[in-house]
Amino acid sequence: MTAVAWGAALLQALLYAALAPLLVGWIRKVKARLQNRRGAPVLQPYRDLRKLLVKEARVAHTASPLFRAAPYIVFVTTWLAASTVPLVAVSLPTAAIADIIVLVGLLALARFFLALAGMDVGTAFGGMGASREMLVSALAEPAMLMAVFTLAMSAHSTNLASVIDYQLGAFALRPSFLFALGGLILVAIAETGRIPVDNPATHLELTMIHEAMLLEYSGRHLALMEWAAQLKLLLYGALIANIFFPWGIGQSFTPADLGIGLAAVFLKLLALGAALAIGETVLAKMRLFRAPAFLNLALLLALLGLLSHVILEVGA
Amino acid sequence: MVSVAVGLYGPAYVRGFEHGRDSLTALGGFAGLFLSGMLLVVLADDAFLFMVAWEVMSLSSYFLVAFQHENAANRRAAFLYLLMAHIGGLAILLGYGVLASFGGGFAFEAMRAAPLTPGWASVAFVLAFIGFGMKAGLVPLHAWLPEAHPAAPSHISALMSGVMLKVAVYGFIRFVFDLLGEVQWQWGVAVLAIGSVSALTGVLAALLQTDLKRLLAYSSVENLGIIFIGLGLALVFLGTGHAPLGTLAFVAALYHVLNHALFKGLLFLGAGAILHSTHERDLEQMGGLLRRMPWTGLFFLIGCIAIAALPPFNGFVSEWLTFQAALQTWQLESGVLRSLIPIVSAVLALTGALVAATFVKVYGVAFLGQARSRHVRHARQVPFGMRAGQGWLAGLCLLFGVLPTAVISVIDGVPRQLLGAGLPQAAAHGWLWLTPVSPATASYSAPLVVVLLAVLTALALWSLRRGAVRRVRRCDAWDCGFAPPTARMQYTATAFAQPIRQVFGLLFHIEESVGRREDGAPRYQLSIGDRSWDLFYAPVMRAVESASRRVVRLQSGNVRVYLGWTLATLVLLLWIIS
Amino acid sequence: MSPTLLPLLQQIVLVLAAIVLFTSFVLLAQARLVAAIHAFAWQGALVAAVTTVVAATGQTHHLYFSALLTLVLKALLIPWMLHRLTRRLALDRHVESLHRPALVIMAAVALVIFSYWLVLPIVQQEMTFTRNIVAISLAVVLIGLLMMVFRQQAVAQVLGFMSMENGLFLAAVSATAGMPLVVELGVAFDVLVAMVLFGVFFFQIRESIDSLDVDRLNRLTETAEEGIVAAGRTTPRAVAGEDG
Repeated sequence: MTAVAWGAALLQALLYAALAPLLVGWIRKVKARLQNRRGAPVLQPYRDLRKLLVKEARVAHTASPLFRAAPYIVFVTTWLAASTVPLVAVSLPTAAIADIIVLVGLLALARFFLALAGMDVGTAFGGMGASREMLVSALAEPAMLMAVFTLAMSAHSTNLASVIDYQLGAFALRPSFLFALGGLILVAIAETGRIPVDNPATHLELTMIHEAMLLEYSGRHLALMEWAAQLKLLLYGALIANIFFPWGIGQSFTPADLGIGLAAVFLKLLALGAALAIGETVLAKMRLFRAPAFLNLALLLALLGLLSHVILEVGA
Repeated sequence: MVSVAVGLYGPAYVRGFEHGRDSLTALGGFAGLFLSGMLLVVLADDAFLFMVAWEVMSLSSYFLVAFQHENAANRRAAFLYLLMAHIGGLAILLGYGVLASFGGGFAFEAMRAAPLTPGWASVAFVLAFIGFGMKAGLVPLHAWLPEAHPAAPSHISALMSGVMLKVAVYGFIRFVFDLLGEVQWQWGVAVLAIGSVSALTGVLAALLQTDLKRLLAYSSVENLGIIFIGLGLALVFLGTGHAPLGTLAFVAALYHVLNHALFKGLLFLGAGAILHSTHERDLEQMGGLLRRMPWTGLFFLIGCIAIAALPPFNGFVSEWLTFQAALQTWQLESGVLRSLIPIVSAVLALTGALVAATFVKVYGVAFLGQARSRHVRHARQVPFGMRAGQGWLAGLCLLFGVLPTAVISVIDGVPRQLLGAGLPQAAAHGWLWLTPVSPATASYSAPLVVVLLAVLTALALWSLRRGAVRRVRRCDAWDCGFAPPTARMQYTATAFAQPIRQVFGLLFHIEESVGRREDGAPRYQLSIGDRSWDLFYAPVMRAVESASRRVVRLQSGNVRVYLGWTLATLVLLLWIIS
Repeated sequence: MSPTLLPLLQQIVLVLAAIVLFTSFVLLAQARLVAAIHAFAWQGALVAAVTTVVAATGQTHHLYFSALLTLVLKALLIPWMLHRLTRRLALDRHVESLHRPALVIMAAVALVIFSYWLVLPIVQQEMTFTRNIVAISLAVVLIGLLMMVFRQQAVAQVLGFMSMENGLFLAAVSATAGMPLVVELGVAFDVLVAMVLFGVFFFQIRESIDSLDVDRLNRLTETAEEGIVAAGRTTPRAVAGEDG
């Protein structure tokens, strides 16, 4: 049984890496259609990655060894973090290695090295990106944690598998989960660098956050960094989809269950991606010093979730 | 019980001696006195010895702070330190006085048996909290800390930050958890509030500093805040009758005590190494040190990751345990507490993220990029002894992060003696799994995380570095096609902190101005003041001043008036005693 | 009581009540006047929805009527009147942000916790559900008052007042299954009259001091001549008033 479970976990980790570019391609496609463009094919991100992987990498004279190590660390850490989030089946052994707080910690480790890599070459853009990234993440962290707390207060657990099991077992309309969902979506938007906090498509110098840190990368290093960003988007998507809409996720490791789980998560992610694309089309990017207000809203939502849990959902 | 506590502080001491040897200066006498003072505080079994040892520790560290007394700023820092240490000592003395008067003796045994009324217990608690909190540098009693720590020589700063602050925590634990008897949850709320304020303001102040040692000193304020958050949680849980949860929070706090001693010592030694080879403490002058001092750079990076509470290093484990303790608030009966404690943990999360920002700034500005001054450009490796000291601590940081179950089984003796219960469930599922409450609630397997990270990295390296694309060509920085960047075009530490300074500016006294120098070049000036001076110290100072002015009026210079006062005092005292 | 044990309709009431509380926060922090009026309209609609659901759970048919009344009055009529007012007063582009929004929001959160704490002692058997809603309503009332304290704009203050009324109505509906119809009609009529009076007052105030900033009303304490002089240009005193 455990061998099967570990096998499924490995399979799922590979699935994460394989599906991540697809989600990005889908979002870009939907966005393009909404803007009356035909857009690149959905599989374009795969081609980009392949092209970058075979190209020669260039590194600035001023770069230190950390610059070359960072892409590997960022990618691997993000991948490990992703593999702890149930995608197609619930009770994976990897979910026990790390609960939600460890997940947040792993993502923070990836961000730490990303920011350091941005500062390494010593260009002004890199420093700017690192500084802004740390601001946004610092403000997102309490909101994220508050949302996690809201879930954990009901489910009595921070283990993702337990939380999803709890949702499946005792589903009810809960105001606290509604608010936590809202807060978590805002946090996810900020953390994955989407509009309105950051624009993943921009290379307009003064508005970049994430892209500014990657500016000096090329070749396979850039491919790893891009892939890590795509993984992170998929991770947040799976987190939101499977915690708040857990239906269909595989409860056991039989092929039928896994197949249904895969189909379900596929549909959920398509819907979430389309919603994100619509949101990005409707909204405009905010200037940097509006981002605190955005993340305060996330914190407020999560806090209200907590309060409504305490006030409305617990008697006595 | 004492031996357990000594065992707890043991590693820190060993380390302290080791680095005493490495340093350039022989401060032997006072450093020895300082260490023995701290040792005696921990060993003391009655309040007399405790207080004497405490004062030895304070006084000898005063001389250490004043060691480089040619500098007026150092003298002022030392005086401020002396003043505040004595006020704190006085508060502790009074706290012991309350206990002794009820228990009928100064031995800890007698105090433990003292039948305190809740009111007097609270008075004793407040006095102890002020006294030990002052030594631990909790906001708003922290003013001496960022002045005194940078003034002392680096290895003494490491000792003061790594060990002396922990002696204050030890004193607090001994007083509140051991001697006071029944704890009340209201104390826990007070400790939580002060702890979270300290953590947040400490890290924000650290973020805004450009002097490396000052920055580290402020970060000590923040870490002590985190420790006191853990202790506050323990008090709340114990006061409401949830002993196992109290133990969990207590263990988390103790774990962080150990961790802070390790990584803060490591960082202070790193700062000392930089000072040794570049004669610089100012971040704005550094840059590119990683390539000139690779070993120090590596160890400092480990210290930064550990202090930023990132897995798989030790800082993460203690913060994770604190969060796990806070997450158990759903077991509390009071809804108000159930909603307040998560807010405290949100503050803790914010603190953690800001610490990461702070140390990205430190490492990015000091070790990465290009050198910003001549001294730094010619920096060289420090001697082997200094590197070995750092390496030893860095190794411990990793070890404490990867094997938390082993560490907890060592720490476990302390709560078992003080609270009567340990934390057996933490390692109940083997050394691989850390499960503070139960595996269904939360689990963390640090060894597996490390192994998986290593395996995946090896896999990624292996698969990507085969074939023809292995080569890396060196070229100029791209930088969006602008001219090749010079060292002066880099982001500075001040610039890095600017967005956060703007968002949290309310908490500080910030004056920013752009003017022109005499030669016409633009000049940017920034001064950051601590609001606690305006809000807390200034009113206190004014009150003291006006009180002393009133006292001066008594001193008429006439001998008979003085004698009259003496007579009146004598009569009053006799009346009180009878 | 865990939500899973409640019937579905009561779960819906809980969710709606929580969203009412959220709209209160939106009202408090919204800088643009027109958006704040929209938030207020949504709040009214949500209160009407709560009333409908409560009517459906119990056999209290007159609640359907009060739900309709609330919807028409608070979600449609009053917002529409306020809209017209702002347009005629040329305030529809007016932006007025709070002085220190984070602190005000924190105060509001503290008020929510406080009102929960206040309501805790009301121990009635099998009434925890109601008590919880009462806590929310009380919080809505207090936040409305907080909004009146921190907003300088008269129209925003009226919004605060009206949302206080929403909170009271929510409490009445959930705690006692609604007031007698007569009382309700009376209250609704009062609110409407108050709205009309506010409208008239706005024009009066605007005509006399050329602004709807309530801090300017400080000057009414001075003698009449000074007041008239001050209305024309900004005196140092008036500037000081704005700072405070």
